[in-house]
Amino acid sequence: MIQRISADVTIIGGGLVGSSAALAMRKAGLAVVLIDKGFCGAQASGVNYGGVRRQGRPPEQLPLSQRAHGIWPRLKALVGIDGEYVPSGHLKLARTEADFAKLEAYAEIAKPYGLDLELVGAAALKTRFPWLSAAGAGASLCPGDGHANPRLVSPAFARAAERAGVKVFEQTPVRDVRATGSGFAVLAGENVEIRSRQIVNSAGAWSDTFAAQFGESVPLTRIYPSMVVTEPLPVRLPVSMGEQGGSFYGRQVARGNYVMGGGRGAALADPDFSRPSVTAASSVMQRAIALFPHLANAQVIRFWSGTEAEMPDGNPVIGASQTTPGLFHAFGFCGAGFQIAPAVGEVLLELVATGQSTTPIDAFSIGRFSQVAAQTAVSL
Amino acid sequence: MTDALPIVIVGAGPAGIRAAEQMVEAGIRPIVLDEGLRAGGQIYRRPMIDDGRSYRNRYGSEARKAEQLHAAFERLRPAIEYRPETLAWNVSGQERGGHLDMMTDGVHNQIAFSKLLLCTGATDRVLPFPGWTRPGVFTLGAAQTALKAQGCTVGDRLVFMGSGPLLYLVAWQYMKAGATVAAVLDTAPLRSKIHLVSLFARAPRIVALGLFYGAQLQLSGVKIRYGVRPETVIGADRVEGIRFQASGCTQELECDAIAYGFALRPETQLADLAGCRFRFEDRDRTWLPERDALGRTSRKDVYVSGDGSGIAGADAAEIDGQLAALAILNDVGKTVEGDRLRQLMAARARILRQREILENAFPFPRDWFETVPAETTLCRCEEISIGEIRRAVEAGNIGEINRMKALSRVGMGRCQGRMCSVAATEVLRSIRNVEPQETGRLRAQAPVKPIPLGFGGPLDREAGR
Ligand SMILES: Cc1cc2nc3c(=O)[nH]c(=O)nc-3n(C[C@H](O)[C@H](O)[C@H](O)COP(=O)(O)OP(=O)(O)OC[C@H]3O[C@@H](n4cnc5c(N)ncnc54)[C@H](O)[C@@H]3O)c2cc1C
Ligand SMILES: Cc1cc2nc3c(=O)[nH]c(=O)nc-3n(C[C@H](O)[C@H](O)[C@H](O)COP(=O)(O)OP(=O)(O)OC[C@H]3O[C@@H](n4cnc5c(N)ncnc54)[C@H](O)[C@@H]3O)c2cc1C
Repeated sequence: MIQRISADVTIIGGGLVGSSAALAMRKAGLAVVLIDKGFCGAQASGVNYGGVRRQGRPPEQLPLSQRAHGIWPRLKALVGIDGEYVPSGHLKLARTEADFAKLEAYAEIAKPYGLDLELVGAAALKTRFPWLSAAGAGASLCPGDGHANPRLVSPAFARAAERAGVKVFEQTPVRDVRATGSGFAVLAGENVEIRSRQIVNSAGAWSDTFAAQFGESVPLTRIYPSMVVTEPLPVRLPVSMGEQGGSFYGRQVARGNYVMGGGRGAALADPDFSRPSVTAASSVMQRAIALFPHLANAQVIRFWSGTEAEMPDGNPVIGASQTTPGLFHAFGFCGAGFQIAPAVGEVLLELVATGQSTTPIDAFSIGRFSQVAAQTAVSL
Repeated sequence: MTDALPIVIVGAGPAGIRAAEQMVEAGIRPIVLDEGLRAGGQIYRRPMIDDGRSYRNRYGSEARKAEQLHAAFERLRPAIEYRPETLAWNVSGQERGGHLDMMTDGVHNQIAFSKLLLCTGATDRVLPFPGWTRPGVFTLGAAQTALKAQGCTVGDRLVFMGSGPLLYLVAWQYMKAGATVAAVLDTAPLRSKIHLVSLFARAPRIVALGLFYGAQLQLSGVKIRYGVRPETVIGADRVEGIRFQASGCTQELECDAIAYGFALRPETQLADLAGCRFRFEDRDRTWLPERDALGRTSRKDVYVSGDGSGIAGADAAEIDGQLAALAILNDVGKTVEGDRLRQLMAARARILRQREILENAFPFPRDWFETVPAETTLCRCEEISIGEIRRAVEAGNIGEINRMKALSRVGMGRCQGRMCSVAATEVLRSIRNVEPQETGRLRAQAPVKPIPLGFGGPLDREAGR
């Protein structure tokens, strides 16, 4: 028997992007259906490193990132848990003079956006961060950045949305989406059919197939960041940190485990799942010991990875479809969507309700790829 | 090109040793690695250094088999590449082009294999009850390992509890070793032992041995109770006794150690990391790599054998190892004698049928979590209680084991669920009131066991490249 449902908005994909959009829309009074092929917040949104980081983002993302920065401290009120969010500060280390020059240049670019970056030269590193063992050419501290626990935060958004009245379907893959003239018909799972005026494509690394169905092919590729976690150790690392270039990042959680990442893993035969690469994990471990010699005899208890969508220019796709009225895209966060997702959810509400975002998102238009495609076609 | 790559056997227990022997006979020089210091596996575990005890003294009724297996291994030594104290912690790469990640003495190493045979055996299966983490509580297997490998007992006055053939055996071995056995608390009802009658027709030796252990224990005044459920370990800092329910009343016993367990759970993580398909096996109440009668998995170059592919015991493991070796020999193009294959398969099938009956005589306590209080710790690594799990399951509306791990942290610690996932599955199953297979399978992640961060230099070979 077919289960027929109608709603204002259907959201495909219950990652943090889809779930936060569902929550925001429901609170604005819309009837929302949220669908995930697995469990909400079990893909990239639930297994990422947990960096709640603005520092280092391309400037066009900073307004959105700043908006999200205002949401993170309100998690408890918003979704019922604090998600282990700590605004610990994010420290970006430069190993070489050239890297430090990049940090200086970035600080200049980021100034208008209010990140309050603090540059620390080589000489001051040791006195400013006595826990840091490795020498470096300098660092940049973003005091308001921090980290949170993705496996708690992302499912909590979906649960909060459900409590607010969103109809949530899990383990229900969307099999077909069609424009009906007055809206959309979505077929999901064995027997669910949803009709809605509007639709959001927030299917993460799987979004390209839905975009393509509406004539918008995008150059999305999949990446699998490689992660390593140690056994719990005495608390010592007060900030979330990374290195210019991105080959190493690490934080220590409240329970004492060091969560660290760098490099890329590989997909399994079932591309929904991936494996961290031993090479990547091993280089993360080597770098960790160089930075924190006290970790040399610590035990690693788990490697993992997750499936994330990357776009060639390092920016996500957020905004209205260029072919189909009522369709909105939000995907392709290039390994950095955790921090901004709650703001993307609010923007998606604005888009479905008013057609306009109060935060600039022009740089993320899906049209930028069709223009590229058109230009290449012309130049051929 | 791949044909020049070695055949690698993980595990030098009965299955691994007999497999290696078969390969050597066919002119192949396999790599055999084992985490332990000395070959032999679990049942025929050897002491670190010889301590002068005789085989009879150490292995009892199984002395002859132990001696034969150890002798077989010593004969093989020159013909194999043996790597003791080597932990296999990951299988990487896809079909063809697989690598095994290992660690020997803190140093990392990776080898490419042409065929990988996993003979990783099993460990004790345990369930939590109040006080089970207190000093003085051991698993049955650990208590026995102390006797066999270290030549010491884990206490002077012991209570043995649980279900499974090991229960009476280890109690008897302790009595023989001079310890006082206060009681054997069988969690199965007495009526389950009726199945031993039908087992007698098929496997008289097993039943006779069992009856012998039971009778000797009883003659020496050891209390035997059936249908037992523990209430709590008595003693604040260490075991001073146990309080339990049997035949409808509460009883107490004094003791300084408790050894308990519920048969075994297979070690299947490497097969999982290799990407083998799994299926649920009701007899073992767990997920096992899918295999054919010879041990071929769904992944062409990976084979499984012995208890690690389904609990069947040491005799079956010896046969199974030979079968897997014959499968590999066949698959690399050597001729394999059909008669021999059929004989071995028939022998294994016989033991598997006995195993079904044994399972009925020593059933798993399916209702365990109906009586264990919520504040009892279930996940020792992450210190999570049954009540916390229940709250996470209810708050997140969880019905699947990997979700339960993500939202409750059960199985996220040092053991990565190797020790606690049996209990975690049973808890989830009982909260949801479903069969265990409906809660899904906890996915394995490398490393199989913790490895030190500074375990070696950068790697030169990438997985699957
Ligand atoms: C290992 C790792 C580390 C990372 N570290 C960080 C970090 O430190 N900081 C940071 O900001 N970002 C980080 N990221 C990136 C961040 O996790 C992602 O950008 C973000 O979670 C993307 O959210 P999403 O909702 O778009 O995607 P997802 O969380 O992947 O959600 C998409 C959902 O769509 C569902 N779906 C797909 N197809 C269908 C279908 N047919 N029907 C129904 N549902 C479907 C999927 O099941 C999935 O749940 C990291 C990512 C990874 C993988
Ligand atoms: C503690 C214990 C006590 C037992 N006592 C008895 C008994 O008294 N009587 C009886 O009939 N049966 C007993 N059994 C059951 C019996 O041991 C098994 O049926 C039999 O040993 C199975 O043989 P196997 O070759 O499959 O595995 P095992 O004998 O278990 O051998 C597996 C080997 O693989 C190695 N290994 C596993 N994983 C890795 C890895 N990742 N890297 C490297 N090496 C690895 C282990 O170190 C081990 O040596 C006992 C089991 C246990 C666990």
